[in-house]
Amino acid sequence: MATVLLLAEHDGETLNVSTARAMRCAMALGEVDVVVLGAGTDGVAEQASRLEGARRVLHVDRPENAHPVAAVMAPQLASLASEYDVLLAPSSTFGRDILPRVAALLGVPQISDIMEVIDERTFKRPIYAGNVITTVRVPGDCKIIGTARIASFAAVAGAQAPAAVESIQVEADLPTDTVWIGLEASGGDRPDLQSANRVVAGGRGIGSKENFDLIFRLADRLGAAVGASRAAVDAGYVPNDMQIGQTGKIIAPDLYIAFGISGAIQHMTGIKDAGVIVAINKDGEAPIFEAADIGLVGDLFQILPELEKALGD
Amino acid sequence: MKVLVGIKRVIDYNVRVQINREGTDVVKEGVKMSINPFDEIAVEAALRIREAGQADEVIVATIGPGAAQQQLRTALAMGADRAILLETDREIQPLAAARALMKLVEKEQPGLVLLGKQAIDDDANQVGQMLAAQWDRPQATFISGLDLSDGKLKAVREVDAGLETVEVSLPAVLTVDLRLNEPRFVKMPDIMKAKRKPLETIAFDSIGIDMPPQLENLGYEAPPKRSGGVRVDSVEALVAALNDKGVL
Repeated sequence: MATVLLLAEHDGETLNVSTARAMRCAMALGEVDVVVLGAGTDGVAEQASRLEGARRVLHVDRPENAHPVAAVMAPQLASLASEYDVLLAPSSTFGRDILPRVAALLGVPQISDIMEVIDERTFKRPIYAGNVITTVRVPGDCKIIGTARIASFAAVAGAQAPAAVESIQVEADLPTDTVWIGLEASGGDRPDLQSANRVVAGGRGIGSKENFDLIFRLADRLGAAVGASRAAVDAGYVPNDMQIGQTGKIIAPDLYIAFGISGAIQHMTGIKDAGVIVAINKDGEAPIFEAADIGLVGDLFQILPELEKALGD
Repeated sequence: MKVLVGIKRVIDYNVRVQINREGTDVVKEGVKMSINPFDEIAVEAALRIREAGQADEVIVATIGPGAAQQQLRTALAMGADRAILLETDREIQPLAAARALMKLVEKEQPGLVLLGKQAIDDDANQVGQMLAAQWDRPQATFISGLDLSDGKLKAVREVDAGLETVEVSLPAVLTVDLRLNEPRFVKMPDIMKAKRKPLETIAFDSIGIDMPPQLENLGYEAPPKRSGGVRVDSVEALVAALNDKGVL
C-alpha cells in the first residue's frame, strides 16, 4: 500500500477543515501520515492526531514555521516527502502557494485540484474554470504530488483515538529573505465560508456596502456564512476573503442562496458542488437560473426583508 | 533593474470552451486567443514599476507556437521594451515552463519576475512557485498590492483568511491576482510602434533544459450538468420549496 504524507493547514491554534477534507482524498491513495509545520503547535498536532485516517502525526515545531512562508516550508517538505509515495495538501491558497515549490524541488509534476481519484496514479481535475474535466495520469515511477480540491471531498471525522504524534527535526537550509509581516482578516463571528452548511451571497445587484447589511441579517437568521461575487468585491462592498468563484473560494454548502448575482462562469465554478442552489435576481434571463434548483425573479430589496421575516416565524 | 514578465497565449476568457468529438482536446481552431488575463495584469504591474523609475527595462516572454507572437506584440504595444518567444508546438507543462523561464532568468538577470497567478486554460497555478524554487529566491503569490523601495518589496497577498503582507528581498518572483491593477487599453499608434520593437524567437528545444516528466492527458469531458430547477413566484413559495428540499 502506498504511503501518503498530508500537509496540515492551520492558523497556529486550530486545524483548518481543509485538512479533514483533503484527508478523504489522501485515504483513497494509501496509508496517511499528517505533517504539521508550526511553532508552538502541540494543540494543532493533537487535533490532527484525531483525524480519521491519520496513522501518525509528524510535528515539526520550530520558530521559522510560525507563519506559512512557502520558501521556508518547501525545503522541509521536500526532505520529508522522500520517505513517501504521495505528498498531498489541500487546494487552498495555503496549499497552492507551497506545494508547487516542493514539486519543483523534487523535479516532479504536480496535479492541481484533484477532484476524483481514479486509481493510484490517475486523477480527474477541472480546467477552463471548471467547464472541462480532464483525466491525467502521473507517469512511470514518479512521486505523486497533488492538491485536493476541497469542495470535492467531504471532511473526515475528527474524533478517533489519537494517533501517535512524533516531534521531528528536519535537516534543511531555510532562507531568511522572506519576512511575514501580518494578516488582515475580516474575521467576525459568522461561520467560515468554506465549511459552512449554509451560505448567503450577494452580487453587484446589492448596490452598496450598506445594503450588504440585508445579506448579513438574513445570514444570521439562517446561521449561514456570507459570500459575494467578484463584482461585489471589486466594487468594494465586502472584503476579498468573501469572494466565491474560480479565483476566490470554491464552496460546497448544503444550501446556497444568491441575491443579485448574475452567474458568470467563474462564479458558477465556485458553487456547483452546493446541495441546493437558490437564485434571486431581477433579471429572469440571468445565467445563474440555468444552474439554480429554485429560482425567484424579483426585486431583492423587497424579497430579502420578506424572506427574513418568513424565516423568523 | 530588468523586470521579466511571463505571459501565456490562451483561449480568450469570453469564449465558451468546447471539447472535440473524440474527447481528446478542447477545440482551438478558429477560436479567439488572448493573453492570459492574469498575465496582462502582470505586464501592467511591470510597466508601472518602470514608469515609477524603479526599473529600466520590461522584457516579456512566452512559451508556445509561432502564433504566440501576437500576444507578445500586444504586450509590446502595452509598453514592454522587448519580447522573447521560446517557440514550440509541444504542450509544455508548468515544471518544464519554469525550467525554461529559469534559462531566461540566467541570461537576463532580472531583479523581478512577474507572472499571472494561474493560466485560465489549465488552471494549474504552479509556474511562479516552481520558478522561485528553481531560482532559490523568495516568492509572493496571488498579490493584490505591491510597494517597492530600497531593494525590498512589500506585497499584499489575497489568501483565504484575508489579506496577508510579506516583505521579500530582490530578486523575487511575484504572481499577480485580479485586483492588483486594471491593465491599460492599447492605442493604435502603440500597436504601430510595437511592430518595430525587438522580438527574439528561440527554439524551445535549443535552450537545453532537462525535460521533466509531464502528466499524461487521458481525455477530456464536460462536467456533470445540474438538472433543471423550478421557478417560484413568491417568498412564500420559496420557503415551501426550501422546506420540500429539507434544507431549512
